Amino acid sequence: MINTFIGNLGHFMVILAFVSAIITAWSYYQYTIVPETEKASWRKFSRVFFYIHAVSAVSIGVILFNIIYNHRFEYFYAYSHSSEALPVHYMISSFWEGQEGSFILWIFWDVLLGLFLIHTNKSWEGPVMVVFSLVQAFLVSMILGVVIGDLKIGSSPFILLRDVANAPIFQMNPDFVPEDGTGLNPLLQNIWMVIHPPTLFLGYASTLVPFAYLMAGLWTGRYKEWIRPALPWTIFSALILGMGIIMGAYWAYVTLNFGGYWNWDPVENASYVPWLIIVASIHTMITFKKSSTALKTSIVLVITQFILVLYATFLVRSGVLGDTSVHSFTDLGLSGQLLIYLFFFLFVAIFFSARAWKDIPSSEREASVYSREFWIFIGATTLGLMAFQVILPTSIPVYNAIIEAFGGISNMAPPADQVGFYTKFQLWFGVVVALLTAVGQFFWWKKMDKAALKSALVTPYIISLLLAALIISLAQVWNITYMIIVMAGTFTVVANATILIKILRKSTFKLAGGSLAHIGIGLMLIGVMFSSGYSDTVSINMSGLTYKRDWEDELNKENVLLWINQPLQMKDYEVVYRGRNKKLEGVPGYVSVGKLEMTGQQNKAIALEDIVVDGETYHKKGDEVDIVLEENSYFEIEYYQDQQLQFTLFPMSQPNPTMGLISSPDSKHYLNKDLYTHISAINNYEDPEWGEDKEYKATPGEQFHLGDYVTTFEGGEVVESVEGVELKEGDVAVKANLVIQDHDKQIRLEPIFLIRGNQVGRIPVTNHDLGIKVQVDNISPESNQFIFTVNSYQKDYVVMKALVKPYINVLWVGTIILLMGFAVAIYRRYDEFIKMRDKGLE
Amino acid sequence: MKKGHIIGLGIIAVAIVIIISSIGDASSYESFSTAKDMASNGDEDPIHVVGHLKKDSRGTVTGLEVSQDKTSFTFTMVDNDGTEQQVYYNEPVPADFTRSEQVVVIGAYKTDQMFVADKILMKCPSKYQDNEFRDVTASKK
Repeated sequence: MINTFIGNLGHFMVILAFVSAIITAWSYYQYTIVPETEKASWRKFSRVFFYIHAVSAVSIGVILFNIIYNHRFEYFYAYSHSSEALPVHYMISSFWEGQEGSFILWIFWDVLLGLFLIHTNKSWEGPVMVVFSLVQAFLVSMILGVVIGDLKIGSSPFILLRDVANAPIFQMNPDFVPEDGTGLNPLLQNIWMVIHPPTLFLGYASTLVPFAYLMAGLWTGRYKEWIRPALPWTIFSALILGMGIIMGAYWAYVTLNFGGYWNWDPVENASYVPWLIIVASIHTMITFKKSSTALKTSIVLVITQFILVLYATFLVRSGVLGDTSVHSFTDLGLSGQLLIYLFFFLFVAIFFSARAWKDIPSSEREASVYSREFWIFIGATTLGLMAFQVILPTSIPVYNAIIEAFGGISNMAPPADQVGFYTKFQLWFGVVVALLTAVGQFFWWKKMDKAALKSALVTPYIISLLLAALIISLAQVWNITYMIIVMAGTFTVVANATILIKILRKSTFKLAGGSLAHIGIGLMLIGVMFSSGYSDTVSINMSGLTYKRDWEDELNKENVLLWINQPLQMKDYEVVYRGRNKKLEGVPGYVSVGKLEMTGQQNKAIALEDIVVDGETYHKKGDEVDIVLEENSYFEIEYYQDQQLQFTLFPMSQPNPTMGLISSPDSKHYLNKDLYTHISAINNYEDPEWGEDKEYKATPGEQFHLGDYVTTFEGGEVVESVEGVELKEGDVAVKANLVIQDHDKQIRLEPIFLIRGNQVGRIPVTNHDLGIKVQVDNISPESNQFIFTVNSYQKDYVVMKALVKPYINVLWVGTIILLMGFAVAIYRRYDEFIKMRDKGLE
Repeated sequence: MKKGHIIGLGIIAVAIVIIISSIGDASSYESFSTAKDMASNGDEDPIHVVGHLKKDSRGTVTGLEVSQDKTSFTFTMVDNDGTEQQVYYNEPVPADFTRSEQVVVIGAYKTDQMFVADKILMKCPSKYQDNEFRDVTASKK
């Protein structure tokens, strides 16, 4: 039964949220400009409308989640992003899989931020909320779903499937509801994909706060004052957006198959570039607070970071990256609307800045080389150039689109080796940043001249050189570029650690944010260098099977083919593939598919034998068991060294009906490295194309070759009962005991031959791992021979890739320290703002 | 000259280096015939070629050959000018490969006959969103 009520309610809430946002913007505008006596009532009115907006915006989310949660597949959004089989936490991912859902998420965060600002600000509430409400109106318009003639405003998440799909079934039966949805993209079925998008969108949403304070300041003539309330929020943006980016990188590392955490994909770049600018603006804002310089630079940077977030949104969602990115959204026809959004705020920002420009105080004094302002300015410039270097080539598809819009032809493509191209620049910029953070911190905490600088730097310099020399020789870093990176990284860490110790001795932890964050940067640089620069493919194919001998040598084969049970030497390891497994509800570890029989019902199977893990029986033979996502298979790969089993990995793979093979790697984590194993291709296991029947004759005790396998026919045995068949009086059932030797594994096959009166029945056995089907065709008592019919397909196999990522933990530890540094800094700056506000100064 | 000016000039210089190198390293979308001309002129820079897989009248992909150890394959691709070309890729066949509507190969000619792809981008009919209605229950057996 189609439930149209809930969709209509959702759509109504969208319209309500849109209208109330516009009214709030208008009334807060009135509140800001009216005389003091009228302010109270305008404020009350504005707040009421923002609350209405907040309630309607939250209900949009609740309603959409209700549609997904209750499997209302009559709605296109639920149908195309969810399915019956998904557990609740993946339903949450399906919520933001689509563009509409992610806009709702964005709207939701802005609402929370807005409510927070209303209740923490005094004099800023009016002008800041005007900007906020306007942005909200633009965001809500993206999901408005109003069509007037050819003009489409927004794409509604509440449309019905029958209005989208052109399937004949809807003409016959308009009330048809599909039984299941198409499901969630399996790549997104990962815990990081549940929490990464909300984090990233909170990061995106929060960039609005400093921008709103800036606009409010420019509008009301408080050109300097906006910095204090904006600063903690800018650091907050850097923290949250940075965390979101890192989570995305970690997700890529544990889920995707490119063997790394950062691929310089345009979509990744689109979030990295605003982050760099945010970090730069933090630095110029802090400089301003200390010495009243860099105000204009701060204004430009705060505008830039906000506009870059909008530009990133445009890149990702307009479909313009379709040819260059592996994970951008498809075009929903919102490009025009996104551009209007972008240009509206760009225009507003330029207008207000230009109007105020000549009145904005700037220092005439030239900054000395021994001043912190100078070094921080250089640092911010470096960050700006880093951002420029990334965004310029990332925008290549945009240039093509613009040229083509004017009737030209442009065939420019992004760099073919994007990782090499970006890394080349960014690594050197990273070195410069690392050196600047080391030196800059000394300037920050002390007045410096040539002599003082020398004496301050010499100890950390010597310590870091020694440390770098130790790392270089122990880890055998013989590449000159990488040596410089190690030196720069250790210098940053040591110099900032020196400062940190001094700060902790003298004053409170509150001031430690900067040095902590910079230590994090140094560690990240070293971690990135090792894990990427010294990433080693261990799964080099040495089988000698080549395709084209004349040029093959240049091409390393980075994948290996593993036949089941057949060991293969792969650099330092011998690996053996042992077969497929599933994950069962409530059972630790993995369970071999050989112990399960699928029932055809979603996520249900019958246990073919007792399921015992570590001596504890979880299920008895014949029990119905629950599989955790039936589509997912876990491929058991054993790693041996010197004949000793070192560890076993279970990389996951899912043959997905719409996307093909989706694989997630598994890694062995050591303190100093990760060994990463990934499935690239698998055998067609469920639905093999069987070959021709072959006949074998054997007497009991005889050993013969069955296909490629040495097989022992131990003999026939009369059995009293046969599973699945009721034996009657006079029936004879004979079981043939075959033992197949597959390397170190013995596999027992027991086909059954049944005689009832004049009729015979044959119960064959199939072993998918070996790709073999055996049945007893006949028994000839005269010659004491059994005749077997054997049909074979192919042994089970996987094609896999294995990489060693050295010192990747240094990178993760570095990111955590960096984020901690941001958190400490937010606390300090927010505390400052609250104190000033309570004194009535804000 | 003031220090500010020197820094300003320095920034402009770095920016120019970045722009030039971006242009220099940018690749281009070409057809197989221009790619072949480039290779014969000694230009081995990788380029992008857009096209689709060769299919027979019944819509099945033809010319796909997987190596014995399944870790590499060759296929026949038709670019937008209609030129057919054998392409070698040194990775296992991506699972949704034969379903792709459009493929972009990034690579260069290694020999006259063989284009070697360093990377393949595929555009599949349903990469992220499915606007076509398929009866899911039927395909799940």
